[in-house]
This record gives sequence, C-alpha cells and structure tokens, in this order.
Amino acid sequence: MADIYAYINHKNGVADDSALELIEAAKKIDAGAAVTAIVTGSGSELDQVADAVAATYPKVLKFNADALAYPNAEVVRKLLVNVLPADAILLVAHDTFGMDLSPGLSIKLDSAFVSDVADIEGVDGSTLKAIRQEYSGMVSTHVTCDISAGAVINVRPGCFAPDESQSAGGTVEDKSGDAGDLSTGRTFLEVVEAEVGDVDITKSDVLVSVGRGIEDEENIEIAQELADAMGAVVSCSRPIVDAKWLEKSRQVGTSGQTVKPKVYMACGISGSFQHMGGIKGSPFIVAINKNVKAPIFQVADVGIEADILEFLPELTEAIGEL
Amino acid sequence: MEILVCVKRVPDTAENEIEVNGSGSDIERDDLVYSVNEWDNYAVEEAIQIRDNVGGTVTVVTVGDDESEEVLRREMAMGADNGILLTDDAFEGSDGKGIATLLKAAVEKGKYDLILTGAQADDGAGQVGGMLAAMLDVPYASLVNKIEVNGDKLKVGREIEGGNQEMNEIAMPCVLSIQTGINEPRYVGIRGIRKVASVEIPELGAGDLGVDAGAVGAAAAKVKRVDYFVPELGEGAEMLEGSTEEIIAKLIEHLKAKGGLK
Repeated sequence: MADIYAYINHKNGVADDSALELIEAAKKIDAGAAVTAIVTGSGSELDQVADAVAATYPKVLKFNADALAYPNAEVVRKLLVNVLPADAILLVAHDTFGMDLSPGLSIKLDSAFVSDVADIEGVDGSTLKAIRQEYSGMVSTHVTCDISAGAVINVRPGCFAPDESQSAGGTVEDKSGDAGDLSTGRTFLEVVEAEVGDVDITKSDVLVSVGRGIEDEENIEIAQELADAMGAVVSCSRPIVDAKWLEKSRQVGTSGQTVKPKVYMACGISGSFQHMGGIKGSPFIVAINKNVKAPIFQVADVGIEADILEFLPELTEAIGEL
Repeated sequence: MEILVCVKRVPDTAENEIEVNGSGSDIERDDLVYSVNEWDNYAVEEAIQIRDNVGGTVTVVTVGDDESEEVLRREMAMGADNGILLTDDAFEGSDGKGIATLLKAAVEKGKYDLILTGAQADDGAGQVGGMLAAMLDVPYASLVNKIEVNGDKLKVGREIEGGNQEMNEIAMPCVLSIQTGINEPRYVGIRGIRKVASVEIPELGAGDLGVDAGAVGAAAAKVKRVDYFVPELGEGAEMLEGSTEEIIAKLIEHLKAKGGLK
C-alpha cells in the first residue's frame, strides 16, 4: 500500500486534537502503517509543534517558510503538490482549513477524494470502505473509494477516539528546502476576531438554545420567556443567525461559540455535526424536537417529541408556578 | 463583471423527513419537496448584488435532468440573467470530480471573472468548488461570508472556527464557495417566476461540452455510494413519555437534579 501521511493543524504552538485522531483513522486503513506527519509553519512555534507531534507519529516532516506562517490553503496545497508522492494517501481534518485545502489538492495530485469521513471500515485491495453522512446527518452511507492512484481523505473531527497512551518516539526532519515555489493568487491579510455580543453564552450554566423549529423571529420571545423563568440565557444554531434573528455571538457550533453549560436545552435543533461540535462535553443535553429521528436525539440525555412552539410556553408556565 | 453561479436542485431538508427506502439503495423520493440548495441561493444573491453594484451579468448553471430547469428558472426570477442546463444520460452517477469536469467545460464556453458555488449541498461533501478551481488553475477560497470588489481583485472573508473571519485578497478569475449568512436572499414572487417562465434555457450534453462521456458518470467515479442506512443509535436519549403535564413534571425533576433551574 502507498505511504500514509497526515496533515497536522496547529495554533499558538499547539497541535490540534485532530493530530491524535488522524493517526487512529490511518490505523483503520493499515494497522501496521508508519504514518508520516506533515507540519507547516514558521519560527519557534513550528518547532514546538513538530516536536510534540513526534510523540505520536514515527516520522514528522517539517516545512518552515514565511509563506506558511499562516495556514493559507492555497499555499499549503502548492507545497503538498510539490512534496507528496503521486500515490500518497493523505489524511486531513474536515474543518474549515481541510475543506479549503483538500478538494483542489486531490485534483492536483490526480487522486481520489473522500470528504467528511465519519468512519473507516478498512481497505480491500485498492478499495477503501468508509462511512459518511448526508442530508445534515439524517442518513448515513457506505462509500467505496478507489485509492490505487492515491487519495485525500477528510476525517470528521471527533469520530476517531485517540489512544493517548501511545508513544512513537518519532523523528523530525526539516524538509523546508524541498518546499519549492509557493506563490499563489491568494494572499492572507488578517484574522478578524469575533465581536463580543451583549451576552457571553460561554459563561452561562444553562442555555435555552433554539433552531429552525422556532419558525419565526417573533417566536424567539417564547424561548426568552423560558430562559427568564429558568435563569438561563438564549443561544441558537446557525440558521437563526443567518436569518439575523439573533446576533452571531449567540451561535453555538464550530463556526460560533463552543459552550459547556451544566444543562443545554436544544429546542427545535436537528443537530448537525457542526452544531454538536460546539457542545462537546456538555454534561446534560435536553432535546425537544417534533422529528423523533433528528440526529440530536442520538446525543441527548433526555428527549421530548414535541412542537417547541406549543411545549415551551407550557414549560415556562409550569416553572413559573414552582 | 461576468459571474457564473453553480446551483443544484436538492431535497429540501427543512421541509422533508429524509428516509431510506426498503432496500437501502436510495432515499424515499416520493412526495419529496425539492428546492435550490440553500448555500447556492446565497451565492446567487451575492452575484446579483455584485452585478448591481459594478455591472455585468449573472449566469446560473446546473447539472441535472429536465426537472433541474426549475431551479434555474427560480434563480433567474430572483435576478440572474441567463441559465444553462447541463444534461445528458452520460452524466448520471458522476462523483464530485465528474461534476467539476462538466462545470469546467461549461466555464470554458464563456468568459467569467468570478465563479461562485454553494459551500456544500445535500451530500455535505463541499468539494465541487475546490475541484473546479484546481481544474481551471485559478485561485480558490471556501466558506466565503464577505466579498468586496477592488478592481481585478477581491477582498474576501472566510468563516473559520470560533466565529472568527479570515480575510484574504484573491486575484480574479477565481472560484469562491459561499457560506450561508453572507446576505439575505431576496424573496421570489409569483410575478418573477411568471416573467421568466418562457425564457429559453440552453441544454448542453456531452457532445456540446466537448466532454468525453467516459470521463464522467458512474463509470469514471472513483468514489461510489454503496447504500444508504440509518445509523444504529448509541444509548440515545431517554424519551419522556406521557401527557404534556407528565412530561413537564419529569423534565422539571431532571432540570432540578442537574442544576438547570435557579
């Protein structure tokens, strides 16, 4: 089988959790594979990350260049095309960087691309068998992928449980000299940090979170009344922010805030994986949804099949009478 | 500015419950409500706003069957100037690369400064925009939630983790995939739909596009869907049953126990 590589994301000198998850995904492709990690960046942060990743990966390739100081996917794509063998199997986390990098990379390497893989069932000859989800997680699919000419595989964060105990004692090789031409038509300018809203939802012990099931802007009031009765704060899923019914600072999810309240009430939220990504480790999740098949019920502790527009006012009233 | 927007007709997941058919070969498609992929609708709105500001035209293109024409007409009723339907039996079963190959051929029949796609569609792969850019050898940015036109360059914002925004300068021609929330797509009324009902929409097949039928479709697909299934639930939620009063009483007990009530 072709060599397996993993592209490691990092920030502020610390490797992303996906570094541990990608090596577990690689083991499901080839249990005995010596997986090579690729770390790009610049300066001492890069060295720090490369050394840390060598604890998990037997071999780490380090690429140091000013152009790589920020992970601009166009620049990283050029680098990987310059340095990867054509039949490489490359694992990348399916996050906003991986989504930016990978589809085009697979074309440039002329290899297969499987997006957002939730599980890998193994390899039969040159056919990789994987599991993905479609329609916002409402159904799953088995897919096959011909990896004979290499593959780029994006792995959904949180789906492969890391084995924290392992120690690879790997080596770091500085391959910066092989980077080649990294000029592109896209220049990174800056990261604009999220605006701080009127309420910091990450500080609340209890969140009454609303999704599409709230149906109308004026119905937000129903959730607000419940939150007031409970001493909670109102948060929401992405469609509510897209519709501009609540401000972005109230959004829970990978593209919004990560929260860890004592109780998370998901009201009319179906539960896309991006949303679940924002409540990782939330201790107690209550899901109220009229669609009993909504994915949120798979992660909730307590589920109620109900129309939130009818249920929430009754709950508010009952709490008011306590 | 000449703008091409790639759109797709998909089952509307906000309106439908998606279920797997008996054999697992497909989802149940009877009685499904279809609509324009939500992300694509934002892309078309953005294209219309750019055109209205700087001039030019907006063309919408889709790969599909005759029924896909309805999404082109809907986006034209919204304000797109032209529609193109890429349709041929040979296109059936194409994977992301196959679709990008067809779109590339369509792009090369015109002269576009900017090509927009939705960030993702029903299969959640989010792949066609990036593949298309790589095939055209032009710059790409995904998950775009802000666009400013500065001459022959664009300043684009990308949505990244934690509610932050990554700003980039990108040279045109380029491909951008558009994230929801970038704008507020306008309402399309019956009058708008009627206005474009009789506009002719060109249909292009493999021959018209100069695409080798063997390079697209099921035979060329490296990635294939084997079946659909509903995952076995883990432990799942404890579903509260009974009358609404009983459910509320049980829920309040849970909330008290977990610190959910003050």
